[in-house]
Amino acid sequence: MNTELTGIIASFAITLLIAIPLAKYLAKMFAGEKVWTDFLKPLERGIFKLSGINPNTPMNWKQFLKAMMTINLFWLVYGFFALIYQDKLPLNPDGNPGQTADLAFNTIISFVVNCNLQHYSGESGATYLTQHFIFMFLHFVSAATGIASAVAVFKAFRDKTTADLGNFWNFFVKSITRLLLPLSIIIAIILTFNGTPSSYAGKDKFISLQGDTVNLSRGPAAQMIAIKHLGTNGGGWFGANSAHPLENPNYLTNMTEIISQFIIPVAMILAFGYFIRRKKLGWVMFGVMMAGVLMLMLPTISSELGGNPLIAKMGITQHTGAMEGKEVRFGPAATAYWSTLTTVTSTGSVNGMHDSTMALTGLWQLLAMMINGFFGGCGVGLLNYFIYLIIAVFISGLMVGRTPEFLGHKVEAREVKIAALITLLSPFLIMTGTALASYVFVAHQNIDWAVKPSAWLNNPGYHGFSEMLYEYTSANANNGSGFEGLGDNNIWWNVSTGFVLILGRFLPIIGPVAIAGLLAQKKFVPESAGTLKVDTMTFGLMTFAVILVLNALSYFPALALGPIAEHFSMLK
Amino acid sequence: MKTYLIQAIRLTVVLTVLLCVIYPVFIAFAGKLSKGAGNGETIVVNGKVVGYAAVGQSFTKPQYFWGRPSAVAYNAAGSAGSNKGPSNPDYLKDVAKRIDTLLKYHPYLKRSNIPAEMVTASGSGLDPDISPEAAQIQIKRVAAYRKLDETKVAKLVADHTEGPLLGMFGPSKINVLKLNVALDGLK
Repeated sequence: MNTELTGIIASFAITLLIAIPLAKYLAKMFAGEKVWTDFLKPLERGIFKLSGINPNTPMNWKQFLKAMMTINLFWLVYGFFALIYQDKLPLNPDGNPGQTADLAFNTIISFVVNCNLQHYSGESGATYLTQHFIFMFLHFVSAATGIASAVAVFKAFRDKTTADLGNFWNFFVKSITRLLLPLSIIIAIILTFNGTPSSYAGKDKFISLQGDTVNLSRGPAAQMIAIKHLGTNGGGWFGANSAHPLENPNYLTNMTEIISQFIIPVAMILAFGYFIRRKKLGWVMFGVMMAGVLMLMLPTISSELGGNPLIAKMGITQHTGAMEGKEVRFGPAATAYWSTLTTVTSTGSVNGMHDSTMALTGLWQLLAMMINGFFGGCGVGLLNYFIYLIIAVFISGLMVGRTPEFLGHKVEAREVKIAALITLLSPFLIMTGTALASYVFVAHQNIDWAVKPSAWLNNPGYHGFSEMLYEYTSANANNGSGFEGLGDNNIWWNVSTGFVLILGRFLPIIGPVAIAGLLAQKKFVPESAGTLKVDTMTFGLMTFAVILVLNALSYFPALALGPIAEHFSMLK
Repeated sequence: MKTYLIQAIRLTVVLTVLLCVIYPVFIAFAGKLSKGAGNGETIVVNGKVVGYAAVGQSFTKPQYFWGRPSAVAYNAAGSAGSNKGPSNPDYLKDVAKRIDTLLKYHPYLKRSNIPAEMVTASGSGLDPDISPEAAQIQIKRVAAYRKLDETKVAKLVADHTEGPLLGMFGPSKINVLKLNVALDGLK
């Protein structure tokens, strides 16, 4: 069999082998049951003591969200100033300049919200200090914020009726000490032993074999790349992200990185089932999501292996597949596999350039980010899917003419209103953003800005439109990948995507946690013959249909103007 | 709110020490034990560093095996892909030009023998590898320029072909820099 295909099958199998036991462990650990990592308790006690936190204080949903928002807002302010003044701070061996205010605004939001759009290039736009103390720090804590918020939803449905969603600080710190940090250490060591730099040495300079002078950027990258994947962050050390040969030196590191960005999203879904003692619900959700992933992945792999038809016309066979923007050591199959997983989860790291993938691949990448609930980012994937569940419960309730219930709690007008608003938020942000940008691009091509709109796009026609659509979709999904041809480091893109990022992150966390909090306070209704069972295949199919219909209705017109139009224009 | 803010600030300080000092410094020390001591593995010829094993460099002279086209001319301090879309007319012209250049230097080649990666830019602009097929097509040219026996060069190419991981996973490849260093050593 083709070794490129066996490579991705093996990556997939290893992911499941790790994720299933990890799910059981997470469910137990967050429930406070005995687990083998309990030897870390003294470390946690120390952290809580130094921070003046009592991790056992119960919180209702409002207190939980307040604590979560407070620490996130603090990071925004402190990180913003660190980026602006990074040139004056230590650990800057390459002498890189401070970020402009609009770039720092975008960058800090982007990292706090677990997105990592990166309108700068790591080699020249950041220092070792900001890479570690701001970016890598936020890699850990933004992932932990998402996981902790999801655990609050877990907690809401474990007990029959409760106002206590657990303590935010407790879940947050444990996500780091019991999950993210230990796994990051393992991954970082694998990476550095395969050639990813981990020392603090600055740029190197040498004369190449044929006599050119080469400056080569380095730095302690392995540490950051480990958590960048594990925490579904995606913001890399170098500009080319995981296509860069020092970030991702060989096929083994490629497998490590793709596996590490998928295990937590998968494990969190199953952990939900274990935690609320409805194992089957976890597996039904897993089934729906996996069907969705395969629906996006198989056509992606096939379109990349097929190669570019316009290059085929020049007489080039492309027997391995399309190679523009890809690396030989991974090959098109592993790059296509990665492109699906990085867009269904909110990672957004790339091992090949998405802007240069085939038109239909772009369609699947966009759709994956628009849906944003097939596994999704650390913790937040579950929260996004939870909204789809509430909508599906509501519609099913209407269809059979009963008051909708979810896990023994009546779903009433207030919860459905919140769910509907969150559902409408994504198309609103993506479409409004893209429409405004398209308008400026067409009507004010040469307006007197530092970067004129006429210089935004790297590609003409339909593909240029896709570049703008992709940027807002990625920002709203907190994904962080891009059609990087877009000239995005200027005031329009920095500011507009900054707002999309922050709304697209916090409202979809606040909404589900609020719904869960509201539902959990309600009287528990025992199951009866008339109860809608949510852990059945039928309801799984129903949810799948709801997801497809909602997203098709919202996005088909925009997708038709971008990747679909480009695809048909290439077949002419 | 105020209690949360104070707790948030204190927790941020404590976690910064753990995540941004203890963790990365520990990994940096572990990295010292790796090949290249955590600085990246270099390739040394006659006591001089000529490059990094993992990072591709520009080869344009006809007596060397060539690597892939790069959107940033192999700038190792500014990695990037071309980000050209598949239907971009300017991009397709670039590809056509690369095909013509290859045919000019390898007049014995048919278009259908040209591997796709030799006419398309890599994702990082620093791709260190080419496929075995891409090396095959260059053997005749390199041997002619160096006045070497073709079979000798072919053997070198075969020796430098790295198979899939564990023989099962991923593509085969050849590191262009390592191949060219060995080529310079041939007599």
